[in-house]
Amino acid sequence: MKSMLVILFSAMLTNNFVLSKFMGICPFLGVSKKLDSAAGMGAAVTFVMVCATICTYPVYTFLLAPFGLEYLKTVAFILIIALFVQLIEMILKKKIPSLYESLGVYLPLITTNCAVLGVTILNIDNGYNFGESIVDALGAGLGFTLALLIFSGVRSRVDKADIPETFKGVPATLIAASIVSVSFMSFSGMVEGIFS
Amino acid sequence: MFEAYIFPILLFAGMGILAGVLLTAASKIFEVKSDPRVDEVNEALPQVNCGACGYSGCSDYAKAIVEKGEKPNLCKPGGANSADKISEIMGVSAGAAEKQIAVVRCSADCESKKQSFEFEGELTCVNAKRFYGGMWGCKFSCLGQGDCAKVCPSDAIVIKDGLARIDKSECIGCGMCAKVCPNDVIEIRKMAPTADVLCSSKDMGKAVKAVCGKGCIGCKLCEKQCEFDAIHVTDNIARVDHDKCTACGKCAEKCPVKVITMAKV
Repeated sequence: MKSMLVILFSAMLTNNFVLSKFMGICPFLGVSKKLDSAAGMGAAVTFVMVCATICTYPVYTFLLAPFGLEYLKTVAFILIIALFVQLIEMILKKKIPSLYESLGVYLPLITTNCAVLGVTILNIDNGYNFGESIVDALGAGLGFTLALLIFSGVRSRVDKADIPETFKGVPATLIAASIVSVSFMSFSGMVEGIFS
Repeated sequence: MFEAYIFPILLFAGMGILAGVLLTAASKIFEVKSDPRVDEVNEALPQVNCGACGYSGCSDYAKAIVEKGEKPNLCKPGGANSADKISEIMGVSAGAAEKQIAVVRCSADCESKKQSFEFEGELTCVNAKRFYGGMWGCKFSCLGQGDCAKVCPSDAIVIKDGLARIDKSECIGCGMCAKVCPNDVIEIRKMAPTADVLCSSKDMGKAVKAVCGKGCIGCKLCEKQCEFDAIHVTDNIARVDHDKCTACGKCAEKCPVKVITMAKV
């Protein structure tokens, strides 16, 4: 139980995919303009991460690894991720069309979001078992959501601030992102300390 | 041989087929019926995405027409042309779609309006307006820093001698300029022969004279001249009722400050 919590929180905070591993920057910068679409994007990514991990783990352990096909895992995982992204796209279009529209092009882009592929591959590389993999994926998804939510708040202030012409727009956003990611560095060592 | 080549191929083919079946099933379950008319209506719109119809873009408006029964004649850049096409697709009568145009209700260039002080900041109309209502003596005048020109989707506005000038042949009547103008000096009116009062000052005649050589002094001579009850002086400024005006030109003739002009089209 303790190790599960350590995995969950370290995936969320210390090893936050966006802010310390720099994966999934594209939706992080693209969808963080509004709080509600940021929350929707975070939920969608979390869903895809967890579902993809539930599928990729057995596929890897029972289909790829026994036959020495580890080198094909990237292709197989992308296929599975694409399946879930398509699925969530249909569900959102049907159930929450407003969110579907506000996410726009970033929703199908989850397919190639390296954070999702990163989670599934890192789970394998870290030698996690099935349960740990799911917890890690959940933590990574929640961490992504957290980063997006925090940054959408930061960004609404940055956009209103009076900044020099040169830095307006993307540069200011990137600088703000780097500062937020520095703040996440302070979590390192904390998670292990709490649960030890 | 089998394990190295054939198995992976079979495996991936199997996974692909499985995924395909799943997605097909899901697309049946979560099917969203979209009306093919939405695309047709969208094609009939000019795709300027100006937002004059009140929707965030042409495709949004097309959706509203088909799904919510929105009026087909709200598109100003498209005018009657779009409205006719849309009503043909939707099978309803269009109603007259009036083409509109923007008019700057100020005629004072740098020479004729007095400047109270130099503004040394980032020169935009909004910034200038915030600082004591602008650098011009007249607080109702065109600020002349070109906020309207920046938002104009058809590049119809140029600033010359501190006054915004609209190219009538380029103006699509979307009203973006009127929305950003901090002095509300731009009027969106129907495109028809009519009189325009090129001043927005609500100051009394004497105050207007003190700061501007080309301002309406509210003398009411035009009101007395008009046979169609189309021009009235309220708040010390003459206003034209464009629905009643026949562009006879009598008010413009009488106007002592020559602030009324006649638009031929």
